Amino acid sequence: MPNMSLKKNPMPSQAADVRNKNFDEVALGYDEQTAIDEAQRCLKCKNPACVKGCPVGIDIPAFIGEIAEGRFEEGYKIISKSSSLPAVCGRVCPQETQCEGVCIRSKKGESVAIGRLERFAADYHRTHNPGAVEKPVSNGKKVAVVGAGPAGLTCAGDLAKKGYGVTVFEALHTAGGVLVYGIPEFRLPKDIVRREIEGLEELGVEVRTNTVIGKTFTVDELFEQGYSSVFIGSGAGLPRFMNIPGENLNGVYSANEFLTRVNLMKAYKPDSDTPIKENKRVAVVGGGNVAMDAARSALRLGAEEVYIVYRRSENELPARAEEVEHTKEEGVIFKTLTNPVEIIGGEDKTVCGIRCISMELGEPDESGRRRPVEIQGSEHTIDVDCAIMAIGTSPNPLIKNTTEGLETTRRGCIVADEESGLTSREGVYAGGDAVTGAATVILAMGAGKSAAAAIDEYLSQ
Amino acid sequence: MYKIVKKELLNSTVTRMVVEAPNIARKAEPGQFIILRVDENGERIPLTVADYDAAAGTVTIIFQIVGATTQKLNALEEGKYILDFVGPLGRKTETDGLKKVAVVGGGVGCAIAYPVAKKLGSLGCEVHSIVGFRNKDLVILEKEFEACSSKLCMMTDDGSYGTKGLVTNALKELIESGEKYDEVIAIGPLIMMKFVCALTKEYGIKTVVSMNPIMIDGTGMCGGCRLTVGGETKFACVDGPEFDGHLVDFDEAMTRGSMYRGFEQKKREESCNLMKQG
Repeated sequence: MPNMSLKKNPMPSQAADVRNKNFDEVALGYDEQTAIDEAQRCLKCKNPACVKGCPVGIDIPAFIGEIAEGRFEEGYKIISKSSSLPAVCGRVCPQETQCEGVCIRSKKGESVAIGRLERFAADYHRTHNPGAVEKPVSNGKKVAVVGAGPAGLTCAGDLAKKGYGVTVFEALHTAGGVLVYGIPEFRLPKDIVRREIEGLEELGVEVRTNTVIGKTFTVDELFEQGYSSVFIGSGAGLPRFMNIPGENLNGVYSANEFLTRVNLMKAYKPDSDTPIKENKRVAVVGGGNVAMDAARSALRLGAEEVYIVYRRSENELPARAEEVEHTKEEGVIFKTLTNPVEIIGGEDKTVCGIRCISMELGEPDESGRRRPVEIQGSEHTIDVDCAIMAIGTSPNPLIKNTTEGLETTRRGCIVADEESGLTSREGVYAGGDAVTGAATVILAMGAGKSAAAAIDEYLSQ
Repeated sequence: MYKIVKKELLNSTVTRMVVEAPNIARKAEPGQFIILRVDENGERIPLTVADYDAAAGTVTIIFQIVGATTQKLNALEEGKYILDFVGPLGRKTETDGLKKVAVVGGGVGCAIAYPVAKKLGSLGCEVHSIVGFRNKDLVILEKEFEACSSKLCMMTDDGSYGTKGLVTNALKELIESGEKYDEVIAIGPLIMMKFVCALTKEYGIKTVVSMNPIMIDGTGMCGGCRLTVGGETKFACVDGPEFDGHLVDFDEAMTRGSMYRGFEQKKREESCNLMKQG
């Protein structure tokens, strides 16, 4: 008999007023009993909508069925057939708009907690069965993957499982891409990312850090080195600013810089040599997951007041509902329908305020959301000593500028076939933010996965 | 891991290191930089490539010991390894079509100016080098500059070597005496580059400067290295590090460069104390 409770088992978490002072993981994970209880809420639909809602097509009812029977490792094995990074996805996927959004149980009550169960299975495997991977038999063909983020790692994992010799080239000193420089420790512990990458290395994937494609080697040189195909998953790139006065004052960060200092460079630890400004009052401009991550990190670094400044209303916040809720619980103040017009600096050229104008919602714009319109005469100043701009990124030009015949859009994104990821160059595939502009981890993984299938088909001809 | 194959103290605060990095050596050009990290807790710092040898597979860096990171780097001896070393980053110096150039270097900036002068010399360009130091003890690369320049002006602040005065004094004299330069390339402290640019602007001589702002990734991801150039925001790592000096907002660059001075001072003392304890 399935468990017919209308509600998900709640996720055990650190209390809000405790966790906003530390960088430890917020969500603590289900224990075995809770996992079984939650798994029993699955109705095992004959035609499961959840699988179609998953960008990498995990056989969700099957893995949940194993967990319901207490066969946790079996559950993990089913997930890992489709996903190269289950412990990551269980934590950062927007399940509410994917698998859980279409779960039959959500028609009446809450969906099955698919994400929490995925995380449970992956964590169970990590603590109970380390290093139990079989190395696939080599097929003698080499593929180069550019960028060790979610798209690249997924592509690398899938190809390695098929016997390809895969080398992943990473520009930074640590593999993981946005999983290590962007998403904070309290949402995705770096140890977990490291273990997932070690799992790929056990499959035979070689990760070469400190190698910038477009600089150290070009894409053409990778072919000369004997790679038969190249996948570009180089990520989103250059941070955007608003082009308002004062953005180059001391104390104005891009979210990329702020989060990289905190996450990749561990500036929150006393023994790190990387500095970060000590701030009392911080304004984060933007309403996406990155803005939430920056605001919550600022709190943990000791800021007394942190604001989210967003030009539309709360309903339009692009961040996941769960992230917004966590951010609020921790004490971040939301200034919605508010748009910065100037960042104000003192005599020392350091931020001392952010001048904003209030907005109201007008007619819908091309995105279908109601366009924010300025309310005349509503200018006001918020006193802050730091401003973090989390308003997106534009594509990095390094590969585009050094790869002849690689078509890009007017904005600079690589043009790639939606299904296969094939670019305008034979044998060159691309996926993730380099193609779509800033999006989610799981969409990048989905792109890496379909490109891996396309590369396999191309090289099997 | 990147092996230090040679280490040499050029003066009491400036060190030259030759580092095994064959992939970077094959690609490096004057004007480009590398980013390194000394150890696991280390910060990423950019250093301009001072020389490179594709055949030997080595890249030379020259650095002044100013903070905790350069202090830690300087503590590494020949045969030891630097944890991370990535490049070559940034754009190379544009040398096309230059027939006569004044290369101006200040202090440790001479380490960056030298490969530019050398490249120009090898292309048959007439190079006048003007190098400035605080005093005789801090002079570096004199022989190297001599070898690639048809004229070398050695300047010291206190007159203990060469001519007493600033690089701008020498440059002004040369221009006034009728030397016609296609371009001036100035590399050194921000304040020096600012005044060189103020001078050359008067004479309408195109001037290129090499900027060295605070940076993390060096590939265009963090935006920490942004500068105002001609009223627009530019990223030194992908748009530079060299820019038209007449368009650079040096005052803003100086303020941005001092953002972490307090932290750096504290870290330097910590690292100094650790080294004293052995």
